[in-house]
Amino acid sequence: MTEARDIALTVNGQPRRARVEVRTTLVDLLRDTFRLTGTHVGCEHGVCGACTVLVDGEAVRGCLLLAVQAEGRRVETVEGLAPDPAHLNALQAEFVRHHGVQCGFCTGGILMSLTAALRDNPRPREPEIRDTLAGHLCRCTGYQGMVDAVLALVASGAPAPGPDAGSAP
Amino acid sequence: MTEPAAHPAARTSGGGYIGAPIPRREDARLLTGRGTFVDDLEMPGVAHAAMVRSPHAHARVRRIGTAAALALPGVLAVVTAADIADIQKPWPARMPSPVPGTLVRHGARHTLPPDKVRHAGEVVAAVVAESRALAEDACDLVTVDYDVLPVVASPAAALAPGAALVYEELGDNIAAHIVQRVGQPERAFAAADHTLRETFRVMRGGSHSMEGRGVVARYDQALDAFTVWDATQAPHAIRAMLAYLFDLPDHRVRVIAPPDIGGGLGPKASFYPEEALVCWLARRLRRPVKWIEDRLEHFVSAGQEREQVHTVEIAFSRDGTLLALRDVFTHDIGMYGALVAPVITACTVPGPYRIPNIHSELRAVYTNLPPTSAVRGAGRPQGVLVMERMMDRMAEALGLDAAEVRTRNLIPADAFPYPVGLWFRDGAPLTYDSGNYPELLRQALARADYAQARREQAGLRAQGRYRGIGVAICVEGVGLGPFEGAILRLDRRGRVVVTSGAPPQGQGYQTTFAQIAADAVGVRYEDVDVVTGDTDAIPYGVGSFASRVTANAGPAILEAGGVLREKILAVAAHLLEAAPADLEIVGAAVRVRGLPDRGVPLAQVAHLGNAGVAFGMIMPGGLPVGLEASAYFTPSQAGYSASAHVCILDVDPDTGEVAIVRYVVGHDCGNVINPLIVEGQILGGVAHGLSNALYEEAFYDEEGQNLARSFLDYPLPSAREMPRVEMFHLTTPSPINPLGVKGAGEAGTLPVPAAVAGAVEDALRPLGVRVTRLPLNPARISDLIHGA
Amino acid sequence: MKPPRFDYHDPTTLAEALALLAGHGDAARVLAGGQSLMPMLNFRLARPGHVIDVNRLDALATLSPGPDAGLRIGALVRQRTLERSTLIRERCPLIAQAMPLVGHPQIRTRGTLGGSLAHADPAAELPAVMVALGARLTVQSARGPRTVPAESFFVAALTTALGRDELLTEIALPAWPARTGSSLQEVAIRRGDFALGGVAATLTLDAEGRVAGARIVCFGVGPCPVRAADAERSLVGGAPSVSGFAAAGQLASAGVDPDADIHASAAYRKRLVGVLTTRALAESLASLGERAA
Ligand SMILES: Cc1cc2nc3c(=O)[nH]c(=O)nc-3n(C[C@H](O)[C@H](O)[C@H](O)COP(=O)(O)OP(=O)(O)OC[C@H]3O[C@@H](n4cnc5c(N)ncnc54)[C@H](O)[C@@H]3O)c2cc1C
Ligand code: FES
Ligand code: FES
Repeated sequence: MTEARDIALTVNGQPRRARVEVRTTLVDLLRDTFRLTGTHVGCEHGVCGACTVLVDGEAVRGCLLLAVQAEGRRVETVEGLAPDPAHLNALQAEFVRHHGVQCGFCTGGILMSLTAALRDNPRPREPEIRDTLAGHLCRCTGYQGMVDAVLALVASGAPAPGPDAGSAP
Repeated sequence: MTEPAAHPAARTSGGGYIGAPIPRREDARLLTGRGTFVDDLEMPGVAHAAMVRSPHAHARVRRIGTAAALALPGVLAVVTAADIADIQKPWPARMPSPVPGTLVRHGARHTLPPDKVRHAGEVVAAVVAESRALAEDACDLVTVDYDVLPVVASPAAALAPGAALVYEELGDNIAAHIVQRVGQPERAFAAADHTLRETFRVMRGGSHSMEGRGVVARYDQALDAFTVWDATQAPHAIRAMLAYLFDLPDHRVRVIAPPDIGGGLGPKASFYPEEALVCWLARRLRRPVKWIEDRLEHFVSAGQEREQVHTVEIAFSRDGTLLALRDVFTHDIGMYGALVAPVITACTVPGPYRIPNIHSELRAVYTNLPPTSAVRGAGRPQGVLVMERMMDRMAEALGLDAAEVRTRNLIPADAFPYPVGLWFRDGAPLTYDSGNYPELLRQALARADYAQARREQAGLRAQGRYRGIGVAICVEGVGLGPFEGAILRLDRRGRVVVTSGAPPQGQGYQTTFAQIAADAVGVRYEDVDVVTGDTDAIPYGVGSFASRVTANAGPAILEAGGVLREKILAVAAHLLEAAPADLEIVGAAVRVRGLPDRGVPLAQVAHLGNAGVAFGMIMPGGLPVGLEASAYFTPSQAGYSASAHVCILDVDPDTGEVAIVRYVVGHDCGNVINPLIVEGQILGGVAHGLSNALYEEAFYDEEGQNLARSFLDYPLPSAREMPRVEMFHLTTPSPINPLGVKGAGEAGTLPVPAAVAGAVEDALRPLGVRVTRLPLNPARISDLIHGA
Repeated sequence: MKPPRFDYHDPTTLAEALALLAGHGDAARVLAGGQSLMPMLNFRLARPGHVIDVNRLDALATLSPGPDAGLRIGALVRQRTLERSTLIRERCPLIAQAMPLVGHPQIRTRGTLGGSLAHADPAAELPAVMVALGARLTVQSARGPRTVPAESFFVAALTTALGRDELLTEIALPAWPARTGSSLQEVAIRRGDFALGGVAATLTLDAEGRVAGARIVCFGVGPCPVRAADAERSLVGGAPSVSGFAAAGQLASAGVDPDADIHASAAYRKRLVGVLTTRALAESLASLGERAA
């Protein structure tokens, strides 16, 4: 009940605690309380995908989940994909090479969806890549650079994004 | 913010950086979630604003009740027009008419409407609270009594006799009436073999940058000064407005566009009430105040564009030579807006064709719809649509091929500079600087295997299938002045720092500016940092819009870089006891040519040049003090890029669905600084154009209510809808700036609606369908087929 | 766009959930996947005093084979689970065919079957699918359980037979009849969007290859899923044929009375029903071949 609750969850492998108003969404918790601002808010009605994060390994909309619903869950955000900008993972590096980023507002959510999809199927073909991306809006790139980035990743044989950080024993 | 590249950047075969496809230095931070957008700024003590917006499109505001909202715990302020009297000045008139002797009228707008609201979504009060959610709770408690007035929700309604007036003081709803003429159009029409006439409608749409507008303001009491972080395309223009409203000198208003802005696309180049309100509230509360536009607000209050109705006529001879053009159109300017877009439309219509006689007539009309701004393309896509649809019609009327008709009328490659005879929106005559349209079209057709595609189409048609081929070619006025500037300096670390005014929203200026600066100064790309969008870092700037930055800031960087190089060499010459002419910059050092071990690090040059050898010493005579240089570049006129698109698609006549089979883009934006980035701009532009052609549409009912206020009702294309775009470049350098660049930010968008509309009409030609309105969603196409 | 204030409850047992609903019924909203409710909260289009989050009711999240080769699907089973399930693919191919068209993967990971049915969007796929399948919905309240056939569950746009204190708990599907093919056809402006119109169909042949039965349910063309009974009847007893499917399409089209909205005219939707019915029947027949192969 009540308007605020204490919650505990794992974010990018780190245990985190917070006191949140029950109406706070997960994306606002991540951004405002944990200051993980790489996850963005573009529409707050589930369509744009900028807020996409992984919860227990599955891509979900951070704007359509209450923070209290993340109690006890493993949350992964774009900040968890690489230790710092100098050490990009293979997918991120292909995004640079193929100019898959322009303003970068949509990018965090897109990388998270692709990460989940590549764990499911490390060798997607173009239509499957486009299906995954279809849950996102990007107004800058026309998506072609992103599609090419994933195709290049697949062609390179580089290992797909590692297993879900939280699932390691 | 700087992100030096991890690896040495690629160079062109000539050894320079300009022209090399260098991956962007912006990317790494954005890909790791370390970008800094306005809503990401660390701002201790920040309070959150939310806006109370009018539900009515036209209404007198009688009374605003704020007591209940103020009583809510956590609410810090609720303000209405009466509270902010000190900044309630009429906003200055926007752009004058670029065409001598034409009519432009400005209605007086204020930050908060003192008497009546003019569009649904207009701000009537602002609330500040400890959180955004609380501020929204308080908005719900503000009560506003309205006297609802009759609404004009379209130009047609606004022009009808007895229509309600958006601005009573103007006497009617006409914002501008601009007529431009070339040759003797009436005579040409009377004498022509053939004439054709059609009416086209283009609907309103938004920019829908993925990040909305947003602003954070802080007031410093000691200095009586504001610092404003604003996700704007034009920080210097925002500073000018704030300084005007608050009656402050420019230097006490610092506007900073954060390093990362989540797309701009036009609307973020305008000034909005929220920017003034947030500043006012920060001063009143002595706390930083933040307002972030949410998507719903973007739908009802950010700038929109595109709604025009054109009645166009062409006259042509039996052999398919254009003789005259008459285009009379209305432009919905909303309750407020600039004339930029419609004036550009008028100038875009003639396109790449020789047209000796033109009558162009524009009526911009105030309506009770949200304000207008430019939206990627800024009036151009409409102009291209109008002309290219008529070229298709001419081909049909004469039984000629659509590409052939175009080829017959293109301005020849040797006709540049080519005066069209109209005035462009920069106030200069519309004169094309350079181009090679026949070659561009020829290559586009070749890439698309045009002849083969026509044969396939014939085969499919024989089987009862509906394949269409659309061709569109256009000329795009870009690189508009008046100016952009750059300051280059060698800093203490021996790095070159480039400062320029226009902020990027995804265009990668940190990369392209560094490429230009590195070549201009002769240093490594890795040794250049770029600062943009801070009005305190460079006194003057114009902004990022109209595909203008590379063509304005680029030459400024080039010029300042040359001066800086001379200063560096002069100081180094002193240190090395050599003549400047004998020196070269290699890596991070200046060396004497041919004597690799006689060198001095750039940092040491900076130490002498900027700080003197040590404090208290006298600088050696004759040396330049301060290793910095600034330059402002003002182009004599706009440059003119060109593109040719070929779209091949199939229409399912049963469902009205369109499937794009191939999409070919040929593009000429003069010299290219970074092909990777230019291609990215074009791909994004094509997506926007396809969205206008097939998907997005703003719907307003007669009460001026936006009926498509979510992305579920206002579809933007996803990766599923986008075809793979095949692209090539042609390069005709611009003679109007030393880099030979034009502009590429909007190019992809322009011809798409025309090419798609042409292809759909072509596909359905056996059914005699006429395409005169966009977007072509399944229901509209099917209804066209069924004559509904 | 932040949700209004509400009290939040996350019961862990069904009894607790039903008690909360009984206590707060009128002022409460059930929160399942949140993919429809959360946008409404964010837009403040819904302002419930109490949100009853049923996501901890693990018992409602199971998908199991039912008696007589049918299926029992807990209301909380995620759409993504249905999409990935081999049991679904084997026992109820129509659901598998529908899933990729319901929103996007990122929506389906949270969205539930029960939520989609309880929300009852006129353009949603799953309500039509349930009507086509003859699903039986179990609804529970503190007053006790009851069963509602899918066909009478959908009352009006966004309105179901659920009482304010009731929770949809389970969906029971009969066994997939032998020699039955199925298809779901729709047109949406973008893939993953709600449909401008769509048709869910099943086609059952008898041992001689004649049509033994058909179910044709249209969506997006009325406040609730619309069964095309005339079209279904027209097929029974005949050999499946292109002309028969076309005639059925015409009957289905004649049987709907859609509204216009900003995206499509009523006439378009009516035509679409005809086209999609014909296609769905042809695809059903084709899928039957694939299943047999
Ligand atoms: C971007 C986007 C695209 C979408 N596209 C589609 C689409 O193409 N087709 C489609 O069909 N849907 C679509 N949806 C909606 C989606 O399928 C939702 O998941 C679904 O409609 C609701 O399911 P939910 O579990 O999320 O329910 P919730 O959002 O949690 O609840 C929806 C409503 O049902 C009530 N409710 C939920 N569960 C129960 C229960 N067990 N008992 C009683 N009442 C209950 C809630 O109180 C609420 O009123 C889309 C959603 C989004 C955000
Ligand atoms: S912000 Fe969550 S989907 Fe757009
Ligand atoms: S890069 Fe700008 S929205 Fe995708």
